[in-house]
Amino acid sequence: MKLDRRKFLNTLLGLGGVGGIFSVFYPILSFLIPPKTAEPTVNSVKAGMSKDFPSNSSNIIKFGKKPVILIKTDEGNFKAFSATCTHLDCIVQYKNDTKQIWCACHNGTYDLSGRNVSGPPPRPLEEYEVKIIKDEIVITKVS
Amino acid sequence: MFNKVNSKIITWIDERFDLSPIRKLLKYKKVPDHKHSIWYYMGGVTLFLFLVQLLTGILLLLYYRPGEDSAYESVRFIVTKVKFGWLIRNVHSWSANLLVFFAFVHMFSVFFTRAYKKPREMTWISGFVLLVLTLGFGFSGYLLPWNELAFFATKVGTDIVGVLPIIGEDLKIILRGGEDVTGATLSRFFGIHVAILPAIFTVFLFFHLLFIQRQGMHEPEHFKKLPDDKKKYIPFFPDFALKDALFWLIVFNILIFLALFDPWELGLKADPFAPAPIGIKPEWYFMFMFQTLKYLPAHIFIFEGELIGILFFGICGIIWLLIPFIKMKKQNLLDKIMPIAGIIVVAYIIIMTIVGYLSS
Ligand code: HEM
Ligand code: FES
Repeated sequence: MKLDRRKFLNTLLGLGGVGGIFSVFYPILSFLIPPKTAEPTVNSVKAGMSKDFPSNSSNIIKFGKKPVILIKTDEGNFKAFSATCTHLDCIVQYKNDTKQIWCACHNGTYDLSGRNVSGPPPRPLEEYEVKIIKDEIVITKVS
Repeated sequence: MFNKVNSKIITWIDERFDLSPIRKLLKYKKVPDHKHSIWYYMGGVTLFLFLVQLLTGILLLLYYRPGEDSAYESVRFIVTKVKFGWLIRNVHSWSANLLVFFAFVHMFSVFFTRAYKKPREMTWISGFVLLVLTLGFGFSGYLLPWNELAFFATKVGTDIVGVLPIIGEDLKIILRGGEDVTGATLSRFFGIHVAILPAIFTVFLFFHLLFIQRQGMHEPEHFKKLPDDKKKYIPFFPDFALKDALFWLIVFNILIFLALFDPWELGLKADPFAPAPIGIKPEWYFMFMFQTLKYLPAHIFIFEGELIGILFFGICGIIWLLIPFIKMKKQNLLDKIMPIAGIIVVAYIIIMTIVGYLSS
């Protein structure tokens, strides 16, 4: 009888202890994860006039908070991709000599359709749609 | 006159706090004197360099301002406008590198002299934690000037964490303070670098030193086997302490030489909307891991190559941590394997580091 009461109290104490520890660590852990800030979702951005953009060159455009690489090919066509390398998050660049998209971090390359062709990148770059409206370049997200 | 005042002060303290343990330590502590004694100085010099970090770090704090729009500018202000600011920053950066270097030398010397064995298991473990914390100092400090190289190196370094199963994504967000490396990451790294790590480091350092004082210096096998009259010792105080001081002075001179003649670069300010420049690399002490990851294919079976890499280094780290507890039926065999394993580890680290620099 006496032992049982001790067991009961110990269990109660144990449960209280676990609860106490949980109620200390849960808020701390939650605090560590930053809240999602409600940022306006950007669906399209304007990127200047087509005639001002030289062929065989590129530019990094701010698409909301994300970098997008806009390329004008030799033939004068526009292409846009997410500029974030699918390997480890670096920002890619256009090589006008090899006509490829290149990531300097670990020598990854993509072709002009965004396909990963060599190096470590595991996936192609996400493509964005480019429209020319009255000679103005408009990049839109394909969803 | 000075001596008199001095002894009065000591008597005053002694009457109240009983200084006999310290007196005993200074009087009787002795250090074995043999052909490998040089390694006894490596821990001390690591401690010295940590003290240099503490002092220069606190000085930098007077002018450094974390933040996307102020970090780079404030470091540039330190090195161009503040009197001797360039010196303080160069010393902090160079000392950080020497510190990591000597921490590694110290660890491997302890490994090869087998000083980690019973009863010094806890000294080994506390030392291992100190090394990991030191690497944490290096990784978090690297980002603080908010320059291009550090920005992309941190993007890569924290993105790798994301490949861990289940917790990876959350861990990455906790580390970065958001989805991307931004000013929020800089705030976090700053807090980690100047508050969290120093606090934890101090606790482990205290225990590390306490264990060493309690147990005395380790005597290697060949020394223990000597007949008692052949065992040579030198007193800790003043002989060993003075030699220690001499070595600190030598390293201090090397440090100042490096800080004067090879100033630490600041580079260009980080721009989250510019392509990664050529030559993105981690600090040299992460190079061997970085280089290993480069050799892994994008996918191994169904797993991402990076995941295999991280798990490999994680498991190696845990084994290394638990080395004092590894037991085998044939103790002799284990004693033969250990140094060979150690040499392989050192060779791997050195070769991968060199290859990393040659190929970038
Ligand atoms: C194990 C000890 C430490 C290591 C390995 C270390 C490492 C580093 C590194 C690599 C940097 C970047 C240097 C640069 O490129 O300028 C840095 C910057 C900085 N550290 Fe430390 N650190 C240590 C201790 C401390 C401590 C104890 C403090 C202060 C309490 C501190 C305060 C700072 C500050 C304010 C900066 C930014 C200024 C700058 O970048 O020049 N550090 N640290
Ligand atoms: S981050 Fe682009 S290749 Fe590694």
